[in-house]
Amino acid sequence: MTDRDRWHRLHPLSPAVPTGRLVLAFAVIFLPSFAGGGGGAWDAAGHLAALLALVGLGFVSWLVTRWRVEGGDLRIETGLIRRSSQRFPLSQVQAIDTVRPGLARLFGLAELRLRMGGSGGAARLAYLPVAQAEALRARLLALSRGSHEDTPEPEDRPLVRVPVGRVAGSLLLSAPVLVLVVYAAVLAGVELEGGSARAVAGLALPILLGDAVAIWRRFNRAYGATIAAAPEGLRFRSGLVETNAETIPEGRVQAVQLVEPILWRPFGWCRVNVDVAGRVRDRGDERRDERELRSVLPVGTRAEAEALVELLVPGAPAPGRRPPRRARWKSPLRYRRLAFDYDARYAVTTAGRLGRIQVWVPLTKVQSLRRIEGPVQRLLRVATVHVDTAGKRVDAALRDVDGEDSLRDVERLTELARAARRS
Amino acid sequence: MSSDDWMRPSPRLRVARHVEAGAVTIVLLAVAGAILAFSSVTNGAVAAAIAIAAGALLDVMLQRRVGSWGYLEREDDLLIRRGLLVRRLSVVPYGRMQFIDVTAGPVERSFRLATVRLHTAAAASDARIPGLATEEAARLRDRLAALGEAHAAGL
Repeated sequence: MTDRDRWHRLHPLSPAVPTGRLVLAFAVIFLPSFAGGGGGAWDAAGHLAALLALVGLGFVSWLVTRWRVEGGDLRIETGLIRRSSQRFPLSQVQAIDTVRPGLARLFGLAELRLRMGGSGGAARLAYLPVAQAEALRARLLALSRGSHEDTPEPEDRPLVRVPVGRVAGSLLLSAPVLVLVVYAAVLAGVELEGGSARAVAGLALPILLGDAVAIWRRFNRAYGATIAAAPEGLRFRSGLVETNAETIPEGRVQAVQLVEPILWRPFGWCRVNVDVAGRVRDRGDERRDERELRSVLPVGTRAEAEALVELLVPGAPAPGRRPPRRARWKSPLRYRRLAFDYDARYAVTTAGRLGRIQVWVPLTKVQSLRRIEGPVQRLLRVATVHVDTAGKRVDAALRDVDGEDSLRDVERLTELARAARRS
Repeated sequence: MSSDDWMRPSPRLRVARHVEAGAVTIVLLAVAGAILAFSSVTNGAVAAAIAIAAGALLDVMLQRRVGSWGYLEREDDLLIRRGLLVRRLSVVPYGRMQFIDVTAGPVERSFRLATVRLHTAAAASDARIPGLATEEAARLRDRLAALGEAHAAGL
């Protein structure tokens, strides 16, 4: 047994990252009250005790957690009272992320996160020293592809880099900022009418805080986004304070989505999202970004987005077929956007009421097909065909297909998906 | 996809749904009785009439819903159709099934019925067949499990 196959512990400073974040939050919330002279010695003692308890808990959780790579599996053992021993088969890894929150970067640490297919959830190793995390990432990727684990990680070839100016511009034209603008306008209106703007401001404070956090997250997420092609798949990096590097191995993409928000239209910007397998699970420690769709290109030009899509789903057909004109009565807003088509390898659909959303699904990934015909659709003799994949969010739906055609499409897609699966 | 090949839920499901509609009607009638006791006779009578009408409507709807269920075992996939107002047809390839659930609630159990539910890796594929006789449910489960193994494919 070589040294690297034995049980390992996480980095001893690991508990400091989440605890440090809490301490910062505490400081922000309670400093004003301290500064104001409120709260006596007892209060301070209480806070200190809570802090010490947190540090102690963090230390215990570090002490009882260990991991090792063993026979194609990653094993993680953790828990003091309720011991849990998890085994993650590396052949089912859908993507590997390296996440580094600001504090972790300060300490030279990184979190390794393996997203598993099915309902396996995610394996988290938080935190490892950066060098070890990088080496382990390369090794796990090699193992997940079934190649020899010592295969050196090949150099990647950068494809796209999103300029900061564009990130800022795109953010100015997004929903959270619009909320802020509307809010400011309301405040100004109230003030002009002779009302008390302060009272209104206080009322909406929680919403504003949430809004500000959302804006910050988006900015941090999109800052310095780069896409690089590596032999094992595509690598996505981004982040200002919390950095994130993600590798999606080839053949793990369940669906690709190209979104053109209406506000970005004048600039020709769009966003590309990729869906990989794995179910959304409601767990306390589930991090926010597990729940949302991964934007691999947060804001790109039309050409960049198209090049990326071509890389992800090479040779996909254009959505050439349209719903019959009578479908306008059911979908008046999106009728002009609705289109769909499929060939032996991909299904492609477009939709969207204001902006435009285009979705590609490889037929090898089709889990099931559904044809749904609502009452209004029946009246208009149209139906919707859903192409389901193991992804979390993206739904490819051939909307308002002519009723007769839709039955044929279900049959045809079933056969094509079967053939694609077998090849 | 000719209509006569489709298999249907057990006829006992119709009886079970009649019983369910009846139970709802009885609860509504009890409310009408309370109104009769504490308010005027006319109010009570109107409430009772409404209760019976609602019960009858529910019964008709439930019966028609039962009639809309159907499933068809084909060579490579299972077809399930259901719904009247919103008509749904699902195609689940055997190779994509991850596991199969057989469940039976208290009402179903007292009529010796069971629901077979198919799970794929996609959360959206909603494939279930309610009101199968327990023997048929067991047969279908075993058959689907065997077929799933024979056709199994990765993600």
